[in-house]
Amino acid sequence: MGFLELQNITKIYPNGTKAVDETSLNIDNGEFVVFVGPSGCGKSTLLRMIAGLEDITSGKISLDGNLINNIDPSERDVAMVFQNYALYPHMSVFNNMSYGLKNRGISKDEINNKVNDVAKLLEIDQLLSRKPSMLSGGQRQRVAMGRAIVRNPKIFLFDEPLSNLDAKLRNQMRLEIKKLQRQMGVTSIFVTHDQTEAMTLGDRIVVINNGVVEQVGTPKDIYSKPKTKFVAEFIGSPQMNLFQSKIENGLAKISDIQIKLNNTLNIEDACVGIRPDDILISDKGEYSSLANLVEYLGSDMIIYSSIGGQEFSCKLSSKINLKAGDIFKFDISPSTVHIFDNVTGYRA
Amino acid sequence: MKIKPLEILSHVILILGVLLMVLPIWFSFATSTHDNVSIMTEGMKFFLGESFSQNYNEVLNEKGGWSEEVTAARMFINSFIMALGIATLKVVISAMSAYALVYFRFKLAVPIFWLIFITLLVPLEVRIFPSYKIVSDLGLTNTYTGLILPLVASATATFFFRQFYKTIPDELLESAKLDGANSWRFFIDFLLPLSKTMLAAMFIFMFVYGYSQYLWPLIMTTDEKYWTVVMGMKIIFTENYEGVALPRTGERFAYIILSMLPPVLVVVILQRWFIKGLIQTEK
Repeated sequence: MGFLELQNITKIYPNGTKAVDETSLNIDNGEFVVFVGPSGCGKSTLLRMIAGLEDITSGKISLDGNLINNIDPSERDVAMVFQNYALYPHMSVFNNMSYGLKNRGISKDEINNKVNDVAKLLEIDQLLSRKPSMLSGGQRQRVAMGRAIVRNPKIFLFDEPLSNLDAKLRNQMRLEIKKLQRQMGVTSIFVTHDQTEAMTLGDRIVVINNGVVEQVGTPKDIYSKPKTKFVAEFIGSPQMNLFQSKIENGLAKISDIQIKLNNTLNIEDACVGIRPDDILISDKGEYSSLANLVEYLGSDMIIYSSIGGQEFSCKLSSKINLKAGDIFKFDISPSTVHIFDNVTGYRA
Repeated sequence: MKIKPLEILSHVILILGVLLMVLPIWFSFATSTHDNVSIMTEGMKFFLGESFSQNYNEVLNEKGGWSEEVTAARMFINSFIMALGIATLKVVISAMSAYALVYFRFKLAVPIFWLIFITLLVPLEVRIFPSYKIVSDLGLTNTYTGLILPLVASATATFFFRQFYKTIPDELLESAKLDGANSWRFFIDFLLPLSKTMLAAMFIFMFVYGYSQYLWPLIMTTDEKYWTVVMGMKIIFTENYEGVALPRTGERFAYIILSMLPPVLVVVILQRWFIKGLIQTEK
């Protein structure tokens, strides 16, 4: 049994929309789990149900062995960091952080100590007397984190907390969140639509689509063995190339290209997935194609090309001299090919 | 610095506007410091006279009314109590009812809101007889409660508070919930401080509204002890004609000047918040 256990959680809104469908999940103590999926997939709803901000239509949620379905949010012992931080605009940073503690009847001295400790940890001890309107985006983010940390909850919930920051700050805060979580060892759930954030932060990633969990696994698992076509497309940047194909006795045909696989599969309507960095460019390559467009990204470059009308991209070191309009040769290693059944959407 | 002609023009217009507002008040004040004979013979005054202390003293302390029981000072106190009661209760009740309408998702919240809104179309003057009947059946005529109670519900203030609460992001409520704030605490710790400026603005409006009530206290009170300033303006210093006496214009102007003071004070004291409340955007 897990620390946080979700059993067949379903959420149907009054207007009939099914936001979360029969989701079951176990999260261990101290684990950092990321819910990732496109917007509107139900990941935030799931998080809000754990927080107690949203009613559960059916199913059970238990935390640390206790069923928390009908427990008031304040008594669940969870802390949440919101997308827009939801700092209390009329309170100083100190009061923002201490408000929850005060409501629990903790003594003044203890509150002072706790707030000061956390403020030091987050390097916001200079800002304690300021109002949120006088803080920068990154500082607000820290205060929001501090408010959650100071309560010392059983579980942290992050609802896309980085999406309001600029790119540079986002990377920095991402690292910091990861470090803090390691340091404190508090179970955390992080919701994001950004697959990079998911990959870098999570001990485990839960990929959600249309209210259904598509795959749960470590970032490595999910990247190297996506269970469904959706996961394959969603995780990884640039996106995995997907080719419509027919597989006969382990031979995948993509228009005039044939790839010999390491198996003897037979699939009438198949989808062959190859990551852009698994397309290996070499002069002795078995296949060749025309580079339609070249995107230069500094250390890397991305080449856009097509096979039999199906577009694909490949990522390679920009040291290779190749420009748009060139013909290039490449190899594909059978072990890096992902095969999906188009009918079921699952990995074959 | 070079001054542009357009700037001069706009300043002239502004100064004219100020004079238009201020001069009548100044005339009233200046006239209130003259004795009745010179007012009678020479008309309104622009310069100050010598009867300031005499006139104002008489106004505040002379007993008036038919039974000679009420002084202007008493009426000021009455008006102040009435206005304060009405303003305070109106603000408190509207803030709370708006809270209920916005944050408690009960059935019919929207129809109930519109029902409250519709009462804007039914001012006190329209419902004055039923209101009087109820108040008198409750035995509240000639009491402060009777003066205040029928006027404490405010659709306008409820509407303003509702609109304001609607702009407060949901995350704030959710975050407060996680921090262990119940509905009561959320109201006290969050909504009230956040709507501070709004509260001040509403308080001023409602204070002036309560202070300037005329018809309701006139009907409600038969006991002169409960007379209010605005009623007094009509009654006081007019009943003493006995054919030969001069109209007591000086005292009446003094009375008018004094009657303007309480609302002016309230506005001056709260104006910083008041202006912020009207143009507030920061949340």
